[in-house]
Amino acid sequence: MTKVSPMHKEIDEETATSLLGFWVYMMTDCILFASLFAVFIVLKNNTAGGRNGAELFSLPFVLMQTLILLTSSFTSGLAMLAAQRSRIKDTFIWLGATGVLGASFLALEINEFAKLDHSGSSWRTSGFLSSYFTLVGTHGLHITVGLLWLGGILVYIYKKGLNETSVKRLTMFSIFWHFLDVVWIFIFSVVYLLGVI
Amino acid sequence: MLSIFGAAEVPGTDRMVLLFGQLMVVGAGLLIGLALIYFKKVGWLWKNWLTSVDHKKIGIMYLVVAGVMLLRGLADTVLLRFQQATSSGASHGIVSSDHFQQIFTAHGTMMIFFVAMGLVFGIINLIVPLQIGSRDVAFPLLNNLSFWMYVAGAILINLSLVFGGEFAATGWLAYPPLSELQFSPGVGVDYWIWCIQIAGIGTLLSGINFITTILTKRAPGMTMMKMPVFVWSVLAAMSLVAAAFPILTVTLVLLTLDRTIGTHFFTTTGGGNAMMYVNLIWAWGHPEVYILILPAFGIYSEIVATFSRKRLFGYASMVYAIIAITALSFVVWLHHFFTMGAGANVNAFFGIMTMIIAIPTGVKVFNWLFTMYRGRINFASPMIWFIGFVITFSIGGAAGVMLGVPPIDFQLHNTLFLVAHFHTMIVGGALFGYFAGIAYWFPKVFGFKLDEKLGKLAAYLWIAGFICAFTPLYILGLMGATRRLDHYDASLGWQGLFIVAGVGVLIILAGVGVQLLMFYKSIRNRKQNMDTTGDPWNGRTLEWSTSSPAPVYNFAVIPTVSDRDEFYRVKQLKLKLPKRKFSAIEMPNNSPFGIFMAGWALMFAFSVIWHFPPTIILAVLGIVITFLVRSFNDNTTYLISAAEVEAIENKRVGALL
Amino acid sequence: MYRSKAFKAYVTGFVLSLISTLIAWSVVNAHVTSGHRRYSHLFINVLVLSLAILQLVVQLIFFLHLGREKKPRWNLQALLAAVGIIIILVVGSIWIMNNLNYSMMNMVPTQEDQPF
Repeated sequence: MTKVSPMHKEIDEETATSLLGFWVYMMTDCILFASLFAVFIVLKNNTAGGRNGAELFSLPFVLMQTLILLTSSFTSGLAMLAAQRSRIKDTFIWLGATGVLGASFLALEINEFAKLDHSGSSWRTSGFLSSYFTLVGTHGLHITVGLLWLGGILVYIYKKGLNETSVKRLTMFSIFWHFLDVVWIFIFSVVYLLGVI
Repeated sequence: MLSIFGAAEVPGTDRMVLLFGQLMVVGAGLLIGLALIYFKKVGWLWKNWLTSVDHKKIGIMYLVVAGVMLLRGLADTVLLRFQQATSSGASHGIVSSDHFQQIFTAHGTMMIFFVAMGLVFGIINLIVPLQIGSRDVAFPLLNNLSFWMYVAGAILINLSLVFGGEFAATGWLAYPPLSELQFSPGVGVDYWIWCIQIAGIGTLLSGINFITTILTKRAPGMTMMKMPVFVWSVLAAMSLVAAAFPILTVTLVLLTLDRTIGTHFFTTTGGGNAMMYVNLIWAWGHPEVYILILPAFGIYSEIVATFSRKRLFGYASMVYAIIAITALSFVVWLHHFFTMGAGANVNAFFGIMTMIIAIPTGVKVFNWLFTMYRGRINFASPMIWFIGFVITFSIGGAAGVMLGVPPIDFQLHNTLFLVAHFHTMIVGGALFGYFAGIAYWFPKVFGFKLDEKLGKLAAYLWIAGFICAFTPLYILGLMGATRRLDHYDASLGWQGLFIVAGVGVLIILAGVGVQLLMFYKSIRNRKQNMDTTGDPWNGRTLEWSTSSPAPVYNFAVIPTVSDRDEFYRVKQLKLKLPKRKFSAIEMPNNSPFGIFMAGWALMFAFSVIWHFPPTIILAVLGIVITFLVRSFNDNTTYLISAAEVEAIENKRVGALL
Repeated sequence: MYRSKAFKAYVTGFVLSLISTLIAWSVVNAHVTSGHRRYSHLFINVLVLSLAILQLVVQLIFFLHLGREKKPRWNLQALLAAVGIIIILVVGSIWIMNNLNYSMMNMVPTQEDQPF
C-alpha cells in the first residue's frame, strides 16, 4: 500500500485537474437544484384542493432526518482526514458510518414518501406535490447514487489500498456528499420550515 | 403494422413526402453500414476513430456528423420554403398542416442542437488544445463520451421518422400545454424530449471538460490575458453551457414526468403552470444562443488578425466585451416572451438589459474593423465569410435591438421579422463563422488546403442566397405575416415575397453544392495543395507551430509562452530553435466506454418513449456495469518512447517552437 | 489525527451547523405549536433564510475548505459565479412568475377544472 503524504503536500497535477473538473460539475448540480427550487417556490401554493405543507410535514421527523444527514457529512469529512493520513482502518470506520447514516436518511425518506402516497397525497395530486416530490426526490436520488458510489470506493480501497486514485476518488465523493448536505439545508429551510408556517 | 412507420395514416402528397424522408434515413444508414462492411473498414473505423479519445479525431467526427445533419436540416428547409411559396389561396402546397408543424419543429431542433452545436464542439475540440499548448483536453475519455451522446441524440431524431413516423408538432421548444400528453398524445414530443436530453448531457459534460482544460492546461507562461481571443470566447461559451444546461435538463425532466407519470408541473389542471415552462426554457434558451455565437466571434478575431496581417485591435476590450456579453446574457431571457403578459416593470427591465447587451457586441465589431484598418488584407475565403457576417449580422443585430423594445415587440413577436432576425444571427453570425473557421483551420487538421476558388464561390452564393432568402421575410414580418404558417390567403399579396425567399434558398443550395464539390476536389487534388510548413496562412497563434496535421501528442515539448500571438513573435524575431531533448510521453488509451454508455442511453430513451420497462431496467444496469468496469481498470494509458517522439519530430519540416 | 487543527475545524463546522439547525427548527416549531401566533411571518422568513445562508457559509469553509486554496482560486470563483446565477434564476423566476400570475389572473385552482 503506497503512503500518501499529509494534507498540505502538493497534490499531483492529475488529481488537481480532476478535482477542479468535479467541482465545476458540482456547480452545475447546484444550478440543477436551483431550477427545482424555483419550480417549487412558484408552485408551492398550487395545492389543487389537496393538502399543503402545514398539513403534511412533521417537524420532529424532519429534524431527525436533518441531524442524521448533517452527521453523515461530518463523518465523511473525518474519513477524508483519515485517508489523507493513510489511516486505512479509520477511513473504513468513518466511511462506514457515513454509509449507515446515509442509508438511514434514505430509508426514512422513502418511508415518508410511501406514507404520503398511500394517504392520498401523491405526486400526481397537485402542482405543489409534484414539485415537492421531484425536488426532495431528486435529492434522494443523488443520495442513492452517492451510496452506490461509496460502495464502489470501499471495494476499491479494500482491493488496492489508499493509493493516489483512491484518495482522489474519495475526495470527489466527499465534495459530493458535503454538497448534498448543503442542498438539504435549503430543502429543510425552504420546503419544510417555511412550508409549515 | 405499417402504422408504426406512420405512413398508413397520412394522405396524399403528404404521404409521399413522409415516405421519401423515411427512405432517405433508412437508405443513408444502410448505405454507410454496407459500404463499411464491403470495404472491410469496420475494424479500422472502430480502432482508429470511434474509440479514439484524441481531441483531434473527435473534432473531425463532430464536424462530419454536423455536416450530415446540415444536409438533413436543409431538406426540411426546402420543404418549408416550397410549402410557403406555393400554399396560397386555393393551393395548399404539398404537406398537411400537421406535417408542416413537424417539419419546422424538426428543422429548428436539428439545426440548433445537431448542426450548430456540432460545429461548435467540432471546432473547439480541434483547436483549443493546440492553441493553449496542451496535449489534449483535461478529460479525454469524457470528451469521447460527450461525442457519442451527441450522436445518440442525432440517431434518435432520425429514428423518429422511421419508428413512429412522427415528430413533435409543437415548435422547437415544445411549449405546454400543446406538448402535454392531453394535446400531443403520440410519441413525437417524447422523441423531441429525449434527443435533446441526451445530447444536452453530452454538451454539459463537454462544458465542464473545456472549462477545466482552459483553466488548467495552458502552456507555462500563457496567463489568462495572453490567451488567444478564440480561447476566451470558448471559455465564456462553456461557462454558459455549465450554467444554462442544468436548467434545460430539469425542464425536460419535468415535462417528461407530466407526460409519463401524470404530474402537474405544466398542465392546465391540477395546479400546473404552463408559463413556468416558458420562463425556464428561455432561461436556458437565451444563454444557448450566446453559446452558439461566442465561439464564432472568437473565430472572427483570429481570422481578421491573421488575414489583416496585424495584431488584433483592442485585445483587452475584446476580452471584457466577451465577459460582459456572457454576464448580460443571463439577465435578458424574458425578451423572448414580452407578450406573455408580465407587465410593464418586468418588460421594461428586460427590455433595457436587452438593448445594453448590444453594446459589447458593437465594441467587438468595431475592433475587428479597426484591426483591418491599415492592415495588408488578404481576402482569402475566411475573410469573405467574415465580410458576409459583418453585413448581415449588423442588420440582423439592429433588428434584434428593435425587437428588444417591448412595444415594438408586441407588433413583431412571432412574425417573420423575428424569424428573419434569429436566422440572421445564427446563419449570418454563427454558421458563417464556423464555415470560416473550417476554411481557416482545414489545412492544420488535414494537411492540405481547401480549393480557394470554390471556397470563395461557396461563400458568395451563401451570402447572396441568405440575403435573397431573408430580406423578404423581414418585409413580410413588418407587413404582419405570422411565423409558422402553412397556408395564407391569396388576397394578402404575400406570395411574391415567399417565392423570392424560395429562390434565395435555391441559391444557398447551390452554395452547399459548391461546398461539397470543394471538398471532393480538394481531397482529390490534395497532393498539389499540401501544407508542408504547418503554417499556410502566416498565422499568429500556437496551433500553427505544429505540423499539419499535428502529431498525436500535439507538442513534443510543451512550449513556454511569453506574449500574446507568441508564435508570430517568435517568427518575427527569427529565433533559432535550440536542440530539443525529447522525453517519453504518456497518452491515454482508446476506449469503447463512450459508445457503450451512449448506447445504453439510447436504449433507455427509446424504451421510455415506447413505454417498455424491461429495456429501461437493462439500460440502467448497463450504465452502472459499464461504469464499474471502467472504474476498476487501472491500465488506461500507454507510453510513446523518447526515441519514437524524436523520430516523429524529425520527419516533419518547419517547426519553430 | 484527532488532535490536529483539521479535525478541530470539522468539529467546529459540525457544532455550528447543529446550532444553526436547532435554532431555526425551534423557532418554527414554537410558532407552529403556539397556533401560528408566536412570531410574524416576516421574522420567521428572514431568520430561517439567514440561518440557512449562515450554515451554507459555515459548511463551505469548514467542510469544503473554501478560501484555503492557493491562487488562482478557481473553486471560489466558480462558486461565486454559480451563486450569482442561482440568485438571478430563482429571484428572477419568482419576480416574473408573480407578475405573470397576477396579470394573467392565474387563479390557484381549488378544484379539478374542466379541460376547456
